[in-house]
Amino acid sequence: MNDGRAIRAQHGVPAAPGGACPSIAAERLVKTYRRGAERIHAVDGVSLAIEPGEFVSFIGPSGSGKTTLINILGCLDNPTSGRLELCGRRIFEEGAALGESKLTDIRREMFGYVFQKFYLIPTLTVRENVMLPFVFYKKPGAEREVDRILELLGIADRRDHLPGEISGGEMQRVAIARALVNKPRILMADEPTGNLDVARSEEIAGILKDLNTKEGLTIVLVTHNMALARTARRIIELRDGKLHTPA
Amino acid sequence: MIGIFHIAYKNLLRKKTRSVLTVLGIALAAWVLTSLLGFNRGYQNSLNKDIDNLGYQMLVTAKGCPYEAATLMLKGGTGLRYMNASIVDSIAAQPEVESVTPMLMQAVFDPNKGESGGISAYLGVDPATFPRMKGTLAMKSGAWFTDPAAREAVLGYEAAELEQREVDDMLLIPDLDVEIRVVGVLDRTGTQDDGTIFMPLAAVQEIFGQAGELTGIGIKVKPEADIAAFEERMYRLPDVQVVSLSQVRNTIMTLVSTAKVMVFSIAIIAVLISVVGVVNTILMSVMERRQEIGILKAMGAKARDIFKLIWLETVILCAAGGVVGSALALGTAKLTEVFIRGVLPFAPSGGLVAIEWTLALFTLGVVTLIGILSGLYPSWKAGSVRPLETIRSEVE
Repeated sequence: MNDGRAIRAQHGVPAAPGGACPSIAAERLVKTYRRGAERIHAVDGVSLAIEPGEFVSFIGPSGSGKTTLINILGCLDNPTSGRLELCGRRIFEEGAALGESKLTDIRREMFGYVFQKFYLIPTLTVRENVMLPFVFYKKPGAEREVDRILELLGIADRRDHLPGEISGGEMQRVAIARALVNKPRILMADEPTGNLDVARSEEIAGILKDLNTKEGLTIVLVTHNMALARTARRIIELRDGKLHTPA
Repeated sequence: MIGIFHIAYKNLLRKKTRSVLTVLGIALAAWVLTSLLGFNRGYQNSLNKDIDNLGYQMLVTAKGCPYEAATLMLKGGTGLRYMNASIVDSIAAQPEVESVTPMLMQAVFDPNKGESGGISAYLGVDPATFPRMKGTLAMKSGAWFTDPAAREAVLGYEAAELEQREVDDMLLIPDLDVEIRVVGVLDRTGTQDDGTIFMPLAAVQEIFGQAGELTGIGIKVKPEADIAAFEERMYRLPDVQVVSLSQVRNTIMTLVSTAKVMVFSIAIIAVLISVVGVVNTILMSVMERRQEIGILKAMGAKARDIFKLIWLETVILCAAGGVVGSALALGTAKLTEVFIRGVLPFAPSGGLVAIEWTLALFTLGVVTLIGILSGLYPSWKAGSVRPLETIRSEVE
């Protein structure tokens, strides 16, 4: 049996239609930091599986390890120990992690990232910001895809504006568009509404829900905002680096 | 589709004042460098041209005070020691010699010259070789002599003004009561030739009673000849002394090169300061954009992509500074020349600062190369930012 499927079975996660591999399968992930003589377990033995097309929210108090966990799941960081598979491909295994260049390839291929800060380049227009990933790797039909995403997220009329000329909610839409433009399989969103007011937060929640339901995008969300977390189909709570709600 | 150059350029626009100041720093260094290289080239060219205008590289005179001989050559003084004309043939037979021109200088006190009289210099020259060797002498009016022994004179520009004579006027040699006809007047040369009265050598020898005697022999050496070895051989000749213009040139260049080393040191320091400025600007920019660089890497940019982006920003800054500095140097070349002429103790008569587009391109190349090199460290530093840096500040 495939290891990812074993993890899924072990944690009681229902199988995806057609028996496809889970998008993310993690087993006994541990991330330990040292602060002087003290060892801090930011993630402490987390095992979980996230199916293709799932929308999962991670919630928990500050310092519970949510961000550390999605950084590992999103291949932005290495775990101290444990195992991670993405769509059946082994990424980390005890003592053996992929090199930075391979991880970059995986990030290009599989992930889009949205953060609390928008990190838009202020001297580039909305369209140029969204097109930024293609500066580093060429893809046929990139320009068409950029325009499609701008339409999808309702910011096509803002394409020639600079980030300083649009609202916070629109800036986050641009950041989401930039994350989606390389057609990722999984969108990792870390506090995407942290800098927005309630109305703009609801807009972003609606966009994420639509992306999940209409585009079939797998979304992994970290938030303190319970209203946003409830947009997801599955909510996982973390406490002291451990899963509080069984996955 | 946007390219990496577009992104690099737009990044530099984010802190316009900082970018402009950095470009200005590089431009100043490029300006100093171009101007100094232009000065180096221009000064050497002008000095060589001044010496070449003399028509010969060596002067042989009868043995006597060497400074007198040098004065004779450079300032038109009178070193009245004689040597036999037969020596001309033996010098002309040397393999290094391209041509020789014999000369006899005579000086006569003219009581009507100036307020209390003055010396008039008559230089007997060989009509067959002298005008050819002194190719830079141009006629203002008239022509050279009609006959190798004719009692005719060609006046230097100032001599014609002083004697108030024109072509076809008669000129009296004081004391001797000999009249000679003016057949030509030379253009101004800015050298001792302007005050000289040129006559055919045979006529001077006859009028002054110096048959078969010479005061100087100008020697033009073949371009491919080993001048140093030839000079050594000439120094060994008895009864004559040799003044080499390559020695004069070397002495002047040695004096100038001391000043040049100092000025070049200043230029190098200016360039180094601008390099430090560039590295500082780019490093600051990298530090400020660490999170953003992390995001680019999360988006799929590899270390070499970020390296390329930051490197390109450095090269754009340096190339822009190089273009501005080189253009500035080209535009202010005349002004620089006036300034340098004001501070130099000795300056040749031609253009002192020779800045051509090839020199401007060379400086642009040097400054861009400096940009390429100084961008290495900041670019490497940026390339090594880990994507996690982006969100570290947000880690709970």
